[in-house]
Amino acid sequence: MLAEAIFFSAVLFTIGVIGVLTRRNAIIIFMCVELMLNAVNLSFVAFARAYGVAGQIFVFFVMTVAAAEAAVGLAIIIALFRHKQTVNLQNINLLRG
Amino acid sequence: MLLQHEVSAVGHPLAGTVAEWLWLLPLLPLLGFVINGLLSLVPATVLGPGDPDIAHGAEGAHGEAGHGVAVHAHDSADDHGAHGDDHHRVVRHRFAWLTSIVGPAVLAVAFGLAVAIFLAMRGVGEMSAPFVQRYFSWMPAGSLRIDAAFQLDQLSMVMILVITGVGTLIHLFSVGYMQDDPGYPRYFAYLNLFVAFMLVLVLGASYPVLFVGWEGVGLCSYLLIGFWFSEKANADAGKKAFIVNRIGDFGLLIAMFLLFANLGALDFVGVNEAATRLTFGGPLVTAICLFMFLGCTGKSAQIPLYIWLPDAMAGPTPVSALIHAATMVTAGVYLIARSSVLFSMAPVAGLTVTVIGALTAIFAATIGLKQWDIKKVLAYSTVSQLGYMFIGVGSGAYVAGIFHLVTHAFFKALLFLGSGSVIFAMHAAYHHTGSHEDAQDMRNMGGLSRYMRVTWVLMWIATLAIAGVPFFAGFFSKDEILGSVFLRARESTLADASWLGIPGSSVLYAAYALGLAAALLTAIYMTRMMLYTFHGPNRTGEKERDHLGEAPWIMTGPLVVLGVLSLFGGWLNLPALTSFLGPVGALDRWLEPVVGESARRVTSGVAPEPAHNVELALVGSAVAIALLGIIIAAVRLKPARLVPKAQAPEEHGIERVLANKYYVDEAYDRVVVEPTVGISRGVLWKGIDQGIIDSVFVNGSARLARGVASLGSWIQSGQVGTYAWVLVIGVLAVLGAFTIR
Repeated sequence: MLAEAIFFSAVLFTIGVIGVLTRRNAIIIFMCVELMLNAVNLSFVAFARAYGVAGQIFVFFVMTVAAAEAAVGLAIIIALFRHKQTVNLQNINLLRG
Repeated sequence: MLLQHEVSAVGHPLAGTVAEWLWLLPLLPLLGFVINGLLSLVPATVLGPGDPDIAHGAEGAHGEAGHGVAVHAHDSADDHGAHGDDHHRVVRHRFAWLTSIVGPAVLAVAFGLAVAIFLAMRGVGEMSAPFVQRYFSWMPAGSLRIDAAFQLDQLSMVMILVITGVGTLIHLFSVGYMQDDPGYPRYFAYLNLFVAFMLVLVLGASYPVLFVGWEGVGLCSYLLIGFWFSEKANADAGKKAFIVNRIGDFGLLIAMFLLFANLGALDFVGVNEAATRLTFGGPLVTAICLFMFLGCTGKSAQIPLYIWLPDAMAGPTPVSALIHAATMVTAGVYLIARSSVLFSMAPVAGLTVTVIGALTAIFAATIGLKQWDIKKVLAYSTVSQLGYMFIGVGSGAYVAGIFHLVTHAFFKALLFLGSGSVIFAMHAAYHHTGSHEDAQDMRNMGGLSRYMRVTWVLMWIATLAIAGVPFFAGFFSKDEILGSVFLRARESTLADASWLGIPGSSVLYAAYALGLAAALLTAIYMTRMMLYTFHGPNRTGEKERDHLGEAPWIMTGPLVVLGVLSLFGGWLNLPALTSFLGPVGALDRWLEPVVGESARRVTSGVAPEPAHNVELALVGSAVAIALLGIIIAAVRLKPARLVPKAQAPEEHGIERVLANKYYVDEAYDRVVVEPTVGISRGVLWKGIDQGIIDSVFVNGSARLARGVASLGSWIQSGQVGTYAWVLVIGVLAVLGAFTIR
């Protein structure tokens, strides 16, 4: 049971990573980040069955942080869109020196 | 200075006498320097009385006010020095009268003080230890402790009397000679400063204090050689003197380092005490002496560093008399006499000094044979006579060397001032007619005895003195040097040593022979100079002839005094042979406490007493040589056949080589200057500076920074995706590293 859960978590995380690396759309990248967070949550829950309840407590924290991040992140993306009329990250390189 | 005045020599016989005022000696000329220096800052000059060309002079005054220093404009470029200043106007400094008083007065007072101290020294009788006055601790650093201290002993007393005495006369002469120069106060400021430093040199109680004076006189020499600096040749001559002297000073510095490192002392008392513990003739003491002698070759114009002295004649003639004949250039002789303990411990070094001295004496004398510039003749004569002094001090006859130093100061100062008087007259004559002929070239002179009787007679006295004619000053001193070399060649520590594989005895005999030959040449070239200048027909020019005349009394006065000294200077140290003239060997006895022990070390403890017939033969040969030289010159030279410089034919063969001073300057130029400039330009500048430092270090570091920065800038693309990729690759690499391990 644990092995399947871990495997599933790993698959989800990898999909998230690939999504972050390959997609250009900020919203999709944002969703892939959420996917990675949830993959981690899944492994926490799975391990919690074997090693005690601490893992489940962590999951709550992660969900709270994810919610806050979603609020801030979406707000940034909206601000970006208003500014640049696009959410394609290839067109956004304000950090370039 | 006064506040920290702390006299340590309590109990010394001189304590409490007038010698306590020792510190005032250099301070007096220094005061003169300050006053005259301040006056020289006053820019404006006013016209002297009776100047015909007011507009011209006012223009000059205006130019000087603008510059703030006494720079005088030149209206002729072909002027060879005699005054160096312009011909057609008299621009006298506003405060010339004050300078005329202050400049010589400080020297006269210093001379008075020196005489008083001398009398005090005579009064206390035997004085074996020097009278040392410490003022403050100058360089306390670890075991190095150097006091600003003066010391008075018999040797420095002799030097002080010569410097202040001859100095006063030359200052007086300068009043007449330089009065119409716009830079008159500046001239006296330098001259006073020179005397102050010269007194520091001979009064210093340690090598570093001596070195302060040593460098100070070098500075003043530089300033005075380039006194008329608006002419490039004069400024170049000053630079040459300064740079050549630096080479010598490097040697003196090394000698001081060696002294301190090995003896732990730099004051004369300490060094003389420690030096006797060194190995006799060992490499250390020889090295110290040789390095010290390198310093002497620079300051005292010996081979190979003599080249600056003839060029130094670019300065005013009284400067040549004071600095480049009577005092500064003899500092090397003084240094060796002062370090006699060291030199008596190092026979090889002593032989080196003797050989260099002998070679310089004969070499410079040959050049002097064919010079046309009256001052150049005297310059080479000075180099040659300095060579004599080094023969003396090198061979351990320290008293003889100092004796010749003193008499030379008399007759050479007289010769230079006499030539100054001649140049003054020539210059005035050319000035009147507005001619730009060379006032220093003997081919333009001739027959001047008819116009300047006093100068003529006095110059002959000096000439006979330098030639070594009996009973003139130079006869006694030169004879004593040659005699002592001869005696030391027979038996002394020097004769027992070997120099570059040659037995010391042969070296000394050779030095004696060279000295005799140089004496012959001296008699010839000096007679030649006198004949061409004062005898035969006059070649100055038809119009100019009427304006030739004797110099004013302020100039002839000092000449007369020097003439008397040149006549009777020999009485300072009469040889036993002439005991009928007065007390024998006064200077010998006077200097005995300072150099007596060293001199005896050279002569293996016994005072060399020549057999009567040997001494007679020595003196006889010297006299014969001197008279022979004068006769040769008088018979062979035909002043009547000379033509003025402008019409003179070119010289050929050996004459040309001599007139061009053996092409030594050219050779130095080829061997030293040009390679130095070439290497500096080709290797140091183009190669190292531009090639390596500029391109590799300066521009290279900039290029490196730019390259690194552009790499960094390329990585910072601003693409979030790229950053994410880099992050993931990094994570994978870290994880991979953990897993593989």
